[in-house]
Amino acid sequence: MSEYKMHMMVCGGTGCRASESDTIVEKMKKELEYRNLDEDVQVVITGCFGFCEKGPIVKMLPDNTFYTEVKPDNVTEIIDEHIIKGRKVQSLLYVDPNKGQAEPDSKHMDFYKKQIRIALRNCGFINPEVVDEYIAADGYEALGKVLADYTPEQTIDIIKQSGLRGRGGGGFPTGLKWQFAAQNEADKKYVVCNADEGDPGAFMDRSILEGDPHSVLEAMAICGYTMGSDEGIIYIRAEYPLAIERLHIAIKQAREYGLLGKNILGTGFDFDITLRYGAGAFVCGEETALIHSMEGLRGEPTVKPPFPAESGYNGKPTNVNNVETFANIPAIILKGAEWFSAIGTEKSKGTKVFALAGKINNVGLIEVPMGTTLREVIFEIGGGIKDGKKFKAVQTGGPSGGCLTEKHLDTPIDFDNLLAAGSMMGSGGMIVMDEDDCMVAMAKFYLEFTVEESCGKCAPCRIGNKRLHETLDKITEGKGTLHDLELLKNMSNVIKDTSLCGLGQTSPNPVLSMLEHFYDEFLGHVSDHKCEAGQCKSLLKYNIIEEECVGCTACARVCPVGCISGEKKEVHIIDQSICIKCGACMDKCKFNAIELI
Amino acid sequence: MAKVKTLADLRKMKSELQSKIQLRENAENPESVVQIRVGMATSGIASGAKEVYHYFTEEMAKRNINGLTTQVGDMGYCYAEPTVEVLVPGKDPIVFGYVDVKKADQIIEKYIKQGELLDGIIPPNYQNINE
Repeated sequence: MSEYKMHMMVCGGTGCRASESDTIVEKMKKELEYRNLDEDVQVVITGCFGFCEKGPIVKMLPDNTFYTEVKPDNVTEIIDEHIIKGRKVQSLLYVDPNKGQAEPDSKHMDFYKKQIRIALRNCGFINPEVVDEYIAADGYEALGKVLADYTPEQTIDIIKQSGLRGRGGGGFPTGLKWQFAAQNEADKKYVVCNADEGDPGAFMDRSILEGDPHSVLEAMAICGYTMGSDEGIIYIRAEYPLAIERLHIAIKQAREYGLLGKNILGTGFDFDITLRYGAGAFVCGEETALIHSMEGLRGEPTVKPPFPAESGYNGKPTNVNNVETFANIPAIILKGAEWFSAIGTEKSKGTKVFALAGKINNVGLIEVPMGTTLREVIFEIGGGIKDGKKFKAVQTGGPSGGCLTEKHLDTPIDFDNLLAAGSMMGSGGMIVMDEDDCMVAMAKFYLEFTVEESCGKCAPCRIGNKRLHETLDKITEGKGTLHDLELLKNMSNVIKDTSLCGLGQTSPNPVLSMLEHFYDEFLGHVSDHKCEAGQCKSLLKYNIIEEECVGCTACARVCPVGCISGEKKEVHIIDQSICIKCGACMDKCKFNAIELI
Repeated sequence: MAKVKTLADLRKMKSELQSKIQLRENAENPESVVQIRVGMATSGIASGAKEVYHYFTEEMAKRNINGLTTQVGDMGYCYAEPTVEVLVPGKDPIVFGYVDVKKADQIIEKYIKQGELLDGIIPPNYQNINE
């Protein structure tokens, strides 16, 4: 049999599956078989293409046709038009909202033009459930090369030279971390993969595990070889069922090929990997808390030192790396440290995956070289702000990071620049805010998350964040004073200085950065009792414009609390003391006689 | 499944498996391989473009030429269907008219393999805005 003439790549990530991409695959296979085309066209379930905004994604190869928002009903159309007649299905092509024209070839899409995919290299390219496809795409070659050609020290040197830094948030040099773990002698050592992605809005680790699980397994084995460990554990949150399923399949296949287990590739190196489930606590992304959770203890951090490299899981030397960090390793080994270090900025090498979310046109997953500017990410790749609104700020680093504003748009993104700008890289979540977002409410939102996720071990984090949240709440209720703004600042600094772990040390960051960049907005809330963005309900006031009101009584009838009074054909009045600010009256009024002030 | 016992085994396996995803790799970098675009609009199909398309996909693989055969829309030379555009890396694209299986064979053997020009080339009368 000859090879397939066309490959139809259907995204099997969590997002696209939620929109029935698995039904599309099933139906496509059935229809192709019915038409005797199943030997010409291969249907491939892949990992995430990153363009989650317009899922499910179906990409036709070799002509790179990129179909978006495909439904099971479109299957026969794709077969009849694209596969049989060779005509693109115009209605399914991606239409660039800024140019207003359909883009027939994904290579020309602004979304992909600036991306360099290293960690995501196989996402959307191979079927994650078939180890053969991974091997065909150079899979396990890096492990083989390391075992055959390099000593553990040489391997660590390559990683050190590459300049790779931890992608989980801290940005610690990975090679150095491996070296520490290698230097500590012990009868047993562990390699741990941190797949406890807890940052709201970030889903790159999940997508890598779903789209290319073998790359993480391979990298863990390489790490095991460098530090003298024979056991790897992936700590993954139970909320990621698809990633867990694909990891199980990948581990099973790797064991069957002998790429995990005893005597790998005949070199005498033993390494195996198991999974450990977490319950999805944010604090367990902190490595000491993660290790305690793995030991069956409460997920609480402990003071470092001792670092896990000396005494980690079960008191043994342990190296913990994040999923994205691991996913970079095989590519670095195969292409060399110089190749990797040529990408990026002086102190931040390689690429970084970002999860774009919020008020942005192209919500999704992107991978760009370090040093790309925020403007490029948000306006070129991300396609700009939704509904043509004005950009206000972007939160990077999730609840641990800070917000960046218009003046930072041309700052090259890397670990150090973000820190200098009062934010941080974090795991790569980017939440974009537009003119309708209230910064006080945003700060409160992030604090709500940290209050919920604080483990409660140390007082500054447990009590301090709670107090911060209360103060912010007071301000959004319109009861704040100027003194509260001072209090926010002072409290934040104390919490940062005195908390035990990264969670508490960074949780006031959103408050501090928003206070700094949007002080006027905070001031407006406390002194003028006004929320410019119109988000803080307590500060809103619905008012009937006397000149416009015709007395049709529509508003009075729709009001759920009966706070609008007035005779027929006469001007109505809202009783502000009863009004719950639901806005129903404003929606109902046909004469635009109700305004929000 | 048989165990992969050595790195040499792994590499052998990879070279055998690579053909399965070769098409995807070529699609990533179409400039680096021979691209054959068969005009498959109504007029093309009516004069046998489909047969030519299948012939190219199969024969290129059989003759071990790393190439990419795609179906494209009408190229505007309806009088000379089936028309086939051939892009060899580093050379200007060339459009052949009246391509049948016999002609396709000549295109592969003479033009793609040896770089010799053939009869039936349609002179370029347009500029592609994509290139």
